[in-house]
Amino acid sequence: MDNRNILALSVDDLTVAYDEKPAIWDIDLDVPEGALMAIVGPNGAGKSSLIKAVLNLIPRAAGTVSFYGEPYEAARSLVGYVPQRGSVDWDFPTSVLDVVTMGLYGKLGWFRRPGKAERALALGALEQVGLIDFADRQISQLSGGQQQRAFLARALVQDAQIYFMDEPFAAVDAVTENAIVSILRQLNQRGKTVLVVHHDLQTVAEYFNWVTLLNVEIIASGPTAETFTLENLRKTYGGRVSSLHGGQLLAAGAP
Amino acid sequence: MKATRAPSHEDRRVWLVIGGIALISLLLIPLSQALFGLRFTYTVRVVALGGAILGFISGALGCFAVLRGESLLGDALSHAALPGVAIAFLLAGRELSALLIGAGIASWLSLRFVAALLATTRIKRDTALGIVLASFFAAGIALLAYIQSIPDASQAGLDHFIFGQAAAIIESDVRLASGAGLVVLCMLALFWKEFKLVTFDAEFAGANGFRTGLINTLLSTLIVVTIVLGLQLAGVILMVGMLIAPGIAARQWTNKLEQMVILAAVFGAFTGGAGAVISALDSDIPTGPMIIVVAFILVLLSLALAPGRGILWRQLRMRANRRVFAALNTRRDLYRYALAHGAADSPVPDDFIRGVGDRSAELGLRQLQAESQATLGEAGWQLSESGIELARRDRRNQRLWALYRRYAHELSLPSVTEDREAEIASLLPADAVAKLEAKLAERADA
Repeated sequence: MDNRNILALSVDDLTVAYDEKPAIWDIDLDVPEGALMAIVGPNGAGKSSLIKAVLNLIPRAAGTVSFYGEPYEAARSLVGYVPQRGSVDWDFPTSVLDVVTMGLYGKLGWFRRPGKAERALALGALEQVGLIDFADRQISQLSGGQQQRAFLARALVQDAQIYFMDEPFAAVDAVTENAIVSILRQLNQRGKTVLVVHHDLQTVAEYFNWVTLLNVEIIASGPTAETFTLENLRKTYGGRVSSLHGGQLLAAGAP
Repeated sequence: MKATRAPSHEDRRVWLVIGGIALISLLLIPLSQALFGLRFTYTVRVVALGGAILGFISGALGCFAVLRGESLLGDALSHAALPGVAIAFLLAGRELSALLIGAGIASWLSLRFVAALLATTRIKRDTALGIVLASFFAAGIALLAYIQSIPDASQAGLDHFIFGQAAAIIESDVRLASGAGLVVLCMLALFWKEFKLVTFDAEFAGANGFRTGLINTLLSTLIVVTIVLGLQLAGVILMVGMLIAPGIAARQWTNKLEQMVILAAVFGAFTGGAGAVISALDSDIPTGPMIIVVAFILVLLSLALAPGRGILWRQLRMRANRRVFAALNTRRDLYRYALAHGAADSPVPDDFIRGVGDRSAELGLRQLQAESQATLGEAGWQLSESGIELARRDRRNQRLWALYRRYAHELSLPSVTEDREAEIASLLPADAVAKLEAKLAERADA
């Protein structure tokens, strides 16, 4: 967190609308380099929409986004992405190693095929997420948590500066949760910026040093210690948040 | 419990199937000559070759339609080609390349039309496909009826595009199909990585800077070209079968995309060739239905028999599992009863154990006997030395798991998903198991 003055991501006036209703409204967001940031908010708050709009995966109604001061087109190689696990068909005929290698397709560019170097990189990432023994398995043989780790490995080989992860902790086992947390910390130590759509309010303070509270609009964004307060959470979840003993927080309706 | 599959073994099997089908395809003409007394005429040779080439191409490209869940789109695209054929005939006469270009334009327009309906209205996807399929096909039929009313002999045979007619295929048609097909296959090879990525995870592709819209359009266009080439053979109504059936069958045999595409191409060549030859036996049999019948025999065989995914295979595996679990439960019952009546090798009355386990006891006892874990003597069932050893280890494993659930937090053990049928030592690190064993000893003392 030495480089707070460098902005890894800067979002101005971003609005996304499906039909008439805005999914996210007039988002201004600055994320300093080295932030390990949770994006939290109730269902339908536009958390995934925010990530997808930033990555140009869905059309923006308005707004600009820059990565290290550059527009997305120029900064694409700086960006890594972990989509929601449920967004793909896990019965697709391919191996775990193959899926991880897909993280290198962007660097290879058009036409070029992955070779030995790419294979070695992919195996290295599988080692990191503890799936090395599963490299040649067909992807449908993985458990949910293992699928999530395979997606994480695919993002790791992208060797990006700023990572976007869409609910990586959703419905995973404890081994996977620990593996993801340790990788988030490693990324953070190496000066990477990570944005994670997150559901579990109990672990926000433990896992993340930066937090954005979102409910269509940005409610608050900043260092976890200052931003992740009961008052801000009430503003985000509309009073359905109660404080538990031991300072733990619980949002009604959060899984 | 899952064993790691030896990939080379599976690969060998797939290549064996590919080679076998390819060989049969090559022998198709000599075989049909021997079996059905079919005369090895020039016409039959051309028809079989044309069928095989078109089947090869549609099998390869059809895999992507299957994997993208776009089978119904393929159906709509092929039906939509019919008005294009009719209009091209009215403009340019009965010239195959003109008819196919007309078909391609109509089919491609229908593709854009579906996309436009989805983008601008709230109509759901299957409805949009239904609208496009029905309206384009109806227009095509109406135009054909109009053409037939024109007093001109050259319109003969245009209705072959509805059900397909291989007998109408001539050498120049085969040459045209081979040339266009080669281009399609080259494009497939060239954009292999991109097609694969977009088919598996379009979002990720987009986030990696690939222009997914462009790649999707290119892939759809290749599918349109494939459909159009196959129309003369299979007809607009059944072309979708020739497109998707080889891919469905191939998927059953392999878990690798490249193998699936090659296998589907070979399946397609076989069905296209066989269907064309069968229909050439008697010109009253339209080719499309013949190809589809052959293709779906392959699909049924693959769904039933393919190792790993096939129905038969899964049944066998389920029965094997049932045997294993029955044996495990029966062994536990025997052990518990025997210990309660003195020692681990005390005999257990036959009707008692059958009464406890019902029908699964029968299965379990048979399995234990086959594995010499238990024997039936005068006084009843008796666990053998190996049976006792296994039962003892199983009981200890169960106790450790129970302790794990109870004390994992207190002893700060790493969290794993409980799998009571697996050895706890295979899922937990040695020091964690040691802690649990200490706990077990402690409780045994108390």
